Formats: sequence, structure tokens, C-alpha cells
Amino acid sequence: MSGQVTTQSAERVVPAPPARRRRRRYLAPTLLLAPTVLFLLFFFAWPMVQALVLAVQDRAGVWTLDPLRRMINDINFWPAVRNTLLLIVVLVPLQVTLALVMALLLNAGLRGTGLFLYAWAVPLAISDLAAGIVWLSIFADRGYLNSLLAGLGLPTFAFLSYEHPVSMFIAVVIAETWRATAIVMVILVAGLQVIPKEYGEAAAVFGATGWQRLRHVTLPLLRPSLQVALILRTILAFQVFAVVIALAGRNMPVLASEAYYWYGSYSNPHVAAAYALIILAFSMVNTLIYLRTLRVRDEQIGG
Amino acid sequence: MSLTLEAPRRRSARYRLNRALLYLLAVVLTLFILLPIYLITIAAFSPRAAVYTFPKPFVPTELSTDTLRFFLGSTGVARAFRNSLIVGVATVLLSLLIGAPAGYALARFVFPGRDSFKLLILSTRAFPIVILSIPLAVMFIDWRIYDTIPAVVLAHTALALPTTVLVTSSIFLGVPRELEEAAETLGCTPLGAFWRVVLPLALPGLAAAAIFTFVLSWNEVFAATILTVRNRTLPAHVLGVLNDSPLPFQFAGGFALVVPSLVFIFFMRRYLLNMWGRVTK
Repeated sequence: MSGQVTTQSAERVVPAPPARRRRRRYLAPTLLLAPTVLFLLFFFAWPMVQALVLAVQDRAGVWTLDPLRRMINDINFWPAVRNTLLLIVVLVPLQVTLALVMALLLNAGLRGTGLFLYAWAVPLAISDLAAGIVWLSIFADRGYLNSLLAGLGLPTFAFLSYEHPVSMFIAVVIAETWRATAIVMVILVAGLQVIPKEYGEAAAVFGATGWQRLRHVTLPLLRPSLQVALILRTILAFQVFAVVIALAGRNMPVLASEAYYWYGSYSNPHVAAAYALIILAFSMVNTLIYLRTLRVRDEQIGG
Repeated sequence: MSLTLEAPRRRSARYRLNRALLYLLAVVLTLFILLPIYLITIAAFSPRAAVYTFPKPFVPTELSTDTLRFFLGSTGVARAFRNSLIVGVATVLLSLLIGAPAGYALARFVFPGRDSFKLLILSTRAFPIVILSIPLAVMFIDWRIYDTIPAVVLAHTALALPTTVLVTSSIFLGVPRELEEAAETLGCTPLGAFWRVVLPLALPGLAAAAIFTFVLSWNEVFAATILTVRNRTLPAHVLGVLNDSPLPFQFAGGFALVVPSLVFIFFMRRYLLNMWGRVTK
């Protein structure tokens, strides 16, 4: 109790900064932050609100649920939802696993690690559209894969035909894996770098095998990076767009491409905004699930 | 899987086999990444007639810039290329102009609301960017700047700004505060100290951040497509005509879109982990 009294009086001894000085202290950061805050309010927060409003209005600005109804009744809506979710369920675990393998390989002290990193990082700056076209040259009817099949004397296959939705889907998965695994790898490599090597060495001294070290030392310590990678990749995967258009055209509707067609081809920003809202809702729910499930496991391991 | 620990003392047969398998895996992954780039390159450098041949050779029999010239000469491509350059450079300048001061404030000042500001910036990541484009298009039609270069620049800046703030903040954190204080003791104004001491030291990092933003803008296709009709950037133009274009156009276009990224990665290789690893945190 006496301690409390002392701290209180000690606080009182320190003179309050004069108002002028305090103002100066806040003035600089406020002025420096103002442009960013204003810009984001204007071109980020406000459009988000506008997207909500657009989705529940008609062209005349009357409040209505019509855009939402038109979206749900559209023939492409459920296929788009299904394709998008299916892509995420297949893509995200595939990318994270592959990226983890790459990151661990880079950490294994192989000769030429710098070259491997450089080669694997090349897709970082490749756009989804470019990736789609690159793989189009492979999967097209007269593309390189069919050239290979023909060269081997095997029958060719129309991988991207609407009659073969499975091979079309697989083509999109491969192209997206090719392009977007690099970003996950970079996050995981950065995460691995801050894990002290002593932890793994200590585990080895106590007789842990390589697999046990990975399972019980590296992976738990890597969880923050994995969480970031999962959230980021899933949000981006909900917006998958140009790869799909390049490889499958409209034969494989996804949420983002439907928003694009409704805005561009049908000039209906209201239904397009409704699609955007669906993407937003899915992304939010997903982020929450990741944050929650990964935190629960955290406690389990801590306890 | 062997992790970080090497066991130089007992290089058993099993250890050597493990190592060989790791190398094999690394080489297979490298082929998976590089082979498609090789294929699109030889496709783009084949003569126009050769693009249609089937089966295609995996080693080009004849190299030609015919296909690429056809792509670059197609209607709208030169203009879209120019638009992409302008939009990219303008996005870099605008986002640095707006974002770098905020990054500096985060690095140098302790002020109330600092943590909530950081959280606000980070939370923008949870919002899918696709959503922005449609309401922005409606806004820009009202403002009569729809289908213009500034419209795309504003949208791309909105996408790039949070990253710019975070990256510049970590760059300024890397410049020792003592140097700035020393300059001020020696008679510099705060602005002078920033201009003569902090900025030169932060310049390499800022250049890397600028390249990062440029790549982001160069690659962005959804907003660019939604916000323009005639004034398209290169990816938006290619996407718009892709499905109705002949194969030579598609392959050469794909190659033209891939090349800049190879150049970027080459120049950014020192910053790869720092930049991409950090900005996604």
C-alpha cells in the first residue's frame, strides 16, 4: 500500500508537459499520418460501404433485395460458389505443403541454395493472367502437353474443353500452384530464419529424428508464419480470376469472374457488387476460422 | 527429412542417399518452375506459322521475332503498354508521396493511437481487393474520371498504400536515430536532417519498395479491367481480347507479360526475403 502512495506521489512530481510542447509532439505525427488516413478513408473504407449499398439498391437508387435475388437465381451462381470453394480446398493445402517442402529444402544446407531460391522465387512477380497464358501454351489442344503425348505415340486430350471439367479444374490448380506457391514459400523461409538453430540441435542431442524435430520443434515455432500464409493465400484464392479466364473462359465460373462479367458484359454494377459482397463474407468468415482454430491449438500445445 | 543439422562425422550410406533424394526433389521443383517459362519463350520466338504446328518441337527449329512483332504491332498493344508504364510510375510516386510520411511517423514517433493505426493498416489485408473496384467504378463515373489513367492510378494506390506504409516504416526504422539527432545538434532543421541524412540512407530500401509497388500495379488486372474501357493497361487489354485472339497473339502476349517479372526478380534478388517476407507479415 505504501508502495502505491510512493508511485502516486512520484508521478505527481513529474511536471506535466506544457500544452504547447504536447501540441508539438502530436502535431508532427498527425500531419504525417493525415494523407494516408484520408486516402484510405476515401478510396478504401468508403468504397467498401458503397459496395454494401450498391448490392441492395436498384438502378434508380431504390432499396431492394433484387440484386441479391438475381445473383442467387443466376444459372452460374452455384457453380461459381462451388468452383471457388473447391479451388480453395484443393489449392491452399497443396500450396502450403509444397511451400513448406521448398522452405525446408532451402534450410537443409544444400549446395546451390541461392540458385534454388532464385529459381523458385521467379513466379513471385508473375501475374495471374501471365501464369494463365503460360499454362495455356501447355494445356491448349495444340499445346506442349499434347505435343508430348503425340510424340510418345499416345492419344491427345482436350484438356480445356467444357466437356472435361475435371481436367480444366486440374489445369487451373496447376497454374495457380505454379504461380502462387512462391509467396507462401517466402513467408515460411522468413519464418524459418528467425527460429534459433539451437532448438533443433538440442532436440537432436536428445535423440529426436529428423521427422520428430520437424513435427515437434520446427512446425510449432513456424505457426505464426503458417497462419499468415494461410490467411493471405485464402483471401487471394477467393479472388482467383484471370487464371481461370485465360484457361477456361466462362466454362468454369468463379465468384470474381462472375462479378467481372456482370459488371463488364451486363453493365449491372448492383449484381456485381452482390458478388463482391459474397467474396467479402467468405473471406471474413475464413479469416475468423483460421484465427480461432490456430489459436485453440496454441493453447493445447502450451498446456 | 534432414533439417538444419548436418552430421559430418557419420556420412553413412543412408545419409548420402537422403542427401541425393533432397537434391533430386530440389531439381524436380526447379524444373516445374522453369520449364513453363522456357516453353512460353520458345513459343513466342517461333515463326508465326510454327505456332500452329503440331506436335510442337521442344527444341525450336527456327527462331524468329515474327510472333512478338505481330503481338506488339496489334491494335491497342503499344498504347496499352504505354498506359501500363504511366500507371505504374504514377502509382509508385503517389503511394510513396502519401505513404512514406506515415511510415516515417510510425518509425520515429510514439503517439496515442499509434497501435490502432498500425492495426487499421494491417486489417486492410483482410479485405479482398476485388470488392473495391466495382464501387470505385461507380464513383469514378460520377466524377467523370472513369476510363482514365488517373482512375486506375487511384485504385492501384489504394491497393499499394498499406504495404507502402509498412515497408517504409521498417526502412526508416533501419536508419539509426542517432544520426538524425546528431545532424539536428549540428544545426540542421528536422526537415534538413531528414533530407540530408535519413533520405540518402533510406534510398536503396525505398527503391526496392518502389519496384515492389510497380510490380503490383503492372500485374493488377481486375481493377484495371473494371475501371477502363478504352484506356486499358497491358494486362487488361490482353485479358479483354484474349479469348478472341489467335494463338500467336496469346503466346507472345504471355511472354511479354512474363519478361518484366523476370527482370524485377533479378534486380530484387537481394531484397526478396526482406521485402516479400516482411510485407506479408
